[in-house]
Amino acid sequence: MKALFSLVAVVILILLAWFGSGSSGGAYLFGVILPYAAITLFVLGVVYRVLKWARSPVPFRIPTSCGQQKSLPWIKNSNLDNPHSLVGVVARMALEVLCFRSLFRNTKAEVKDGPRLVYGSDKFLWLGALAFHWSFLIILLRHYRFFTEPVPGFIMGIESLDGLMQIGVPPLLITNIAVTGALLYLWARRFTNPQVRIISLIADHFPLVLLLGVVTSGVCMRYFFKVDLPAVKQLAMGLISLNPVVPAGIGSIFFIHLFLVSVLLAYFPASKLMHMAGIFLSPTRNLANSNRRVRHINPWNYPVKVHTYEEYEDEFRDVMKAAGLPVEKE
Amino acid sequence: MAEETPKPEELARVDLKPPKSDWMDPTVEFRKGTWNYTAVPDTQKYLDLPAAPKWAPTDDDWPLPENWQEIILTGMKERLDKYRSFRIFMDICVRCGACADKCHFFIGSGDPKNMPVLRAELLRSVYRHDFTTAGKILGKLAGGRKLTVGVLKEWFYYFFQCTECRRCSVFCPYGIDTAEITMFARELLSLIGLGIEWICTPLSNCFRTGNHLGIQPHGFKDSIEFAVDELEEITGIRVDAPINKKGAEILFVAPSADYFASPHYYTLLGYLALFHEIGLDYTWSTYASEGGNFGLFHSHEMIKRLNAKIYAEAKRLGVKWILGGECGHMWRVMHQYMDTMNGPADFLEVPKSPITGTVFENAASTKMTHICEFTADLLKNEKIKLDPSRNDHWISTFHDSCNPSRALGLLEEPRYCIKRACNNFYEMPENTIREQTFCCGSGAGLGTDENMEMRLRGGLPRANAVKYVHEKHDVNVLLCICAIDKATLPPLLEYWVPGVEVAGVHEMVGNALIMEGATKRTTDLRGQPLKGMEDTEDV
Repeated sequence: MKALFSLVAVVILILLAWFGSGSSGGAYLFGVILPYAAITLFVLGVVYRVLKWARSPVPFRIPTSCGQQKSLPWIKNSNLDNPHSLVGVVARMALEVLCFRSLFRNTKAEVKDGPRLVYGSDKFLWLGALAFHWSFLIILLRHYRFFTEPVPGFIMGIESLDGLMQIGVPPLLITNIAVTGALLYLWARRFTNPQVRIISLIADHFPLVLLLGVVTSGVCMRYFFKVDLPAVKQLAMGLISLNPVVPAGIGSIFFIHLFLVSVLLAYFPASKLMHMAGIFLSPTRNLANSNRRVRHINPWNYPVKVHTYEEYEDEFRDVMKAAGLPVEKE
Repeated sequence: MAEETPKPEELARVDLKPPKSDWMDPTVEFRKGTWNYTAVPDTQKYLDLPAAPKWAPTDDDWPLPENWQEIILTGMKERLDKYRSFRIFMDICVRCGACADKCHFFIGSGDPKNMPVLRAELLRSVYRHDFTTAGKILGKLAGGRKLTVGVLKEWFYYFFQCTECRRCSVFCPYGIDTAEITMFARELLSLIGLGIEWICTPLSNCFRTGNHLGIQPHGFKDSIEFAVDELEEITGIRVDAPINKKGAEILFVAPSADYFASPHYYTLLGYLALFHEIGLDYTWSTYASEGGNFGLFHSHEMIKRLNAKIYAEAKRLGVKWILGGECGHMWRVMHQYMDTMNGPADFLEVPKSPITGTVFENAASTKMTHICEFTADLLKNEKIKLDPSRNDHWISTFHDSCNPSRALGLLEEPRYCIKRACNNFYEMPENTIREQTFCCGSGAGLGTDENMEMRLRGGLPRANAVKYVHEKHDVNVLLCICAIDKATLPPLLEYWVPGVEVAGVHEMVGNALIMEGATKRTTDLRGQPLKGMEDTEDV
């Protein structure tokens, strides 16, 4: 149901762009106005969300320690999994953000007869996630060639590396295969894995279908429905130089692609996709486990009602004296 | 154990594949054996906390204040503004499912709402409904749920089915910590007076008498003196155990179960023997007679209210630093909360072992050192002598308690002590120890008899790993450094893997400790004959 809903929503979006971009006014709407609106929403939205997170303080230092603490000098500290210093924290975060280290630990629990519990290694989620995110990043970088003239060498380098397999014309890109495969896998497990199926919301299906739409339309444009690339570049350069023009005859497939990207950008700040920024602010990962060494300050620490020793002794003085325990007041 | 507790074979028939159904319609069945008795109102009132009149979760109508939704939503707003963890953890979960089968309660019950992600979604759905734009407009379509009595009942059921062990947080790609979420949910429930007896009674006891068990000063003294007598019988040495002694160098704080429950008690004998042997200038305190802190299972404010007495007592007695005993959640509080909440402890000195001269730089601010850190340092510097053969009747394994492993990373210190004190030590499988350790299933205030079925289910992964080493290496003792473990693992093991005892690390140290002037040991601290000494025991 939730998957179908997401699929229908994306199909409607595609149809909107297909039919909407037909006229010259429509082309301007889908080629200029909506992309500008989307990027504005994206930037403002992300900034708003991050500021909102940042406004809530971190009252306690609560890292999850996943390795040996730094204590006695002869015991080896695991600075990556249980960082005691800023360097360790940066390294831990870098591994988390770039390599999905926590996800790499993933196991699959099974209860067998006996009972016997087994925990098998399960790296598919890690692999799928890594393949998607890295491919997507590289694809994003590749797109930079539409926004700059001349195209910088490193972008050309990425692209030729990406086409290393040298199959077909234009060459088949590794990232195109990887990103499509990864998205299909990530979506498929939301149906086939019963644990993941039950937790999945529309908010989980929709971004995957939308991304599949973006990727598919992009791939189609590259290999099947050729678009007028110089015209696309003219549009892109116009957008980035704030001097937008919409050359005629680009082809609907381009507007479908651009519109889906615009929706993705606009949807981003309101969605779970914000994990991209949120991971940097997660207090169980971005703090050093230096709790007993360096005092952490809670900005809203307030006095609470306590039971003082004086009150305690007042209540128990007689029994304390009878038991021969020292007291403050005789 | 209750008679109606199912047999292990039945209980272990768990299906980890949730049904296809939707989880959003609140359903919860308070089945006997899976929930805890509710708080006695007087205990909450003693602490000036909101108190619901006497009630039971099985009642159709719960005694809620008229504006209970408003109270909870206001409470949520306040906490979202005060804790970044809460806001972030509500916002960034992508429901990847990595945490799903990492929870001992899910593995042991197969109940999908015990998957950490769904447990969090119980609260997150209300967050989306009332605190996000999409949820306010689209409601259920955006994964939002209105805060109804049904949802509230789910909260009560499932947030008292989380032991705040943080295992899921290790596997989450964003470090989302269900312990945080459970803590907030329990705080919100307590705002409308809903709590459980096994948390609120220890809280009020601790506030009044200084310890969870409600032991008054003279009772405390009796307990310690009884232990001194017992130790004298075993070793022939009468040790000194000062209480409320001003000017001592070190304040020693241990969980109250150590001096009142078994098998904790043998760990206490170990402490006493060790402190005597090294001539430690220390004191116990009756006012700070609890290292544990059930506030952690109730609310941040209660953590602070109970924890305040530790520094206050250290100051009153004029000690230089604080040493802490074997207790799991106590160490989460001491390590991650105490200094921030009740510090700075500028009247204390950086802990320095008077025996070895080692300065515990890792405790430079909090000024409190874990007994395993302290003892490991003694052993490394050869300041005490151990005869590990005195533990030859034990074949041991070590259970990393949740908080020392996932909130401190105290992994090697206890192992070092064990390996020096015991000749026979075997690790459990790697997915069940260290940072991946499995909870006893009874932590965070859930260790009650009425909750036994859920405890046995939650403890299955831990017990099953013990069974593995029991069958493979004949392991007959599970060592740990947590008072809740020591209280709740024995019935768990008796059920799942009979023939394995539970003991503290310092019981092993105490067994092996060579004490000057002692009589020849024929028994261990439990009074059991040592290996090869079976005949010398006068029957």
